[in-house]
Amino acid sequence: MKKDSAFSRWFYGERDTLLDRVEMKPQTGHAPRAGEIRELMEERRLIREHIYDVEDNQKLKLFHRLYQVAAVVFCATLMLIMLVAVSWLPENGNPDNPVNNEVSARYIENGLQETGAVNIVTGMILDYRAFDTFGESNVLFISTVTVLILLHNKKKKETGAEDVAGGRANTAEKSRKSAGPAEKSGSIYEENLILQKIAGILVPIIVIFGVYVILNGHLSPGGGFSGGAIIGAGLILYQNAFGFEKTERFFTEKTYKWICFFALTFYCLAKSYSFFTGANHLESGIPLGKPGAILSSGLILPLNICVGLVVACTMYTFFAMFRKGDF
Amino acid sequence: MFGPNLFTNYGEAVSVILFVIGFSNLLLQKNLIKKIIGLNIMDTAVYLFLAEKGYIRDRVAPIVVDGIQEVEAYINPVPSGLVLTGIVVSVSVTAIMLSLTIRLYRRYHTLDLDEISMLLKKEGR
Repeated sequence: MKKDSAFSRWFYGERDTLLDRVEMKPQTGHAPRAGEIRELMEERRLIREHIYDVEDNQKLKLFHRLYQVAAVVFCATLMLIMLVAVSWLPENGNPDNPVNNEVSARYIENGLQETGAVNIVTGMILDYRAFDTFGESNVLFISTVTVLILLHNKKKKETGAEDVAGGRANTAEKSRKSAGPAEKSGSIYEENLILQKIAGILVPIIVIFGVYVILNGHLSPGGGFSGGAIIGAGLILYQNAFGFEKTERFFTEKTYKWICFFALTFYCLAKSYSFFTGANHLESGIPLGKPGAILSSGLILPLNICVGLVVACTMYTFFAMFRKGDF
Repeated sequence: MFGPNLFTNYGEAVSVILFVIGFSNLLLQKNLIKKIIGLNIMDTAVYLFLAEKGYIRDRVAPIVVDGIQEVEAYINPVPSGLVLTGIVVSVSVTAIMLSLTIRLYRRYHTLDLDEISMLLKKEGR
């Protein structure tokens, strides 16, 4: 292409094709009359008030009434449809129902020999369907991460930076600053004498019961999820009675991160190993032990402990986040 | 219209009614916390339905006692495991929804969904 063709000159910005061909006029600004702006603002205010006047809006009231009626009709129809469906379902409690097929029969007949767990449900969810349970633990972990993102207080870092600039400050004081006014003074924890006495008796019992439920997950009703929830409830009771200062001595954000990381990683690696050996018909080398003994059923006990740790920490983290936005 | 098993399946029927109660809560309540409670009622209805599906007459929970391993002795363990999954998911979902509600409350200082949408419109979004 020639350097000084019309196109290349236009392309490099040396020539304006519209110049001298189109009539161009500079715009003149609109000069408002005196008081016109105020009139316009007043008009706008009146329109807004008319639009957002919810109390006197007849159409909106009619719509709400219609919405309620439609919702009730919809729910009633839904209930009717589902009741009809229920009435055509197979008879409840009948052993010949299609639900009771060869899958559950296999779990019941071979579960004890293959998993070593007396509790067939635990053997099922932590051995046959262990990846499903791993997914559940991850769902819990991800929801905690989401709650942390949504509710984490960033004030703590700012005040922390100020404290560093101002001089030394103890950590308890720092964490109190981000809490509410009653939490700040710590006064709400000093008055609850009854709660503190009762919690002092109950919390050890609750935590030991939770540990029992986790450790006996393969022998009796229970397991990682329920035991973890019990331990989490005990921790929450302890926090309510004695305040965050006491719980922060053993449970902080860092503890939570490390416990969840190690539990989930161990779970993943252990279960990957056992699935790998199982799928390739290799000897896994994990002893199943004597059914009914506490140290039996192979990987189920450590996996239960992992799940229990994740659930307990998650429950307490939810509470701490909702309470004051950090640990 | 109705089949023969409506009264034999009274457990399932109750769970369906519970489900609809939770759903109507979801539709009719304006308060966000009450909506979340409605969703939890729906979750509970699903657990009841699953537990009813796994139940078999005159049989016990699937924990091996005295070495008895006949299929005829125990109820179906599969729905019990599914209930466990459901509980965990519902806890997670409830926690996320509650934290979102807290964020909304911090921004708008109300839990009423209509008021929140009104405030949103007034902000011009």
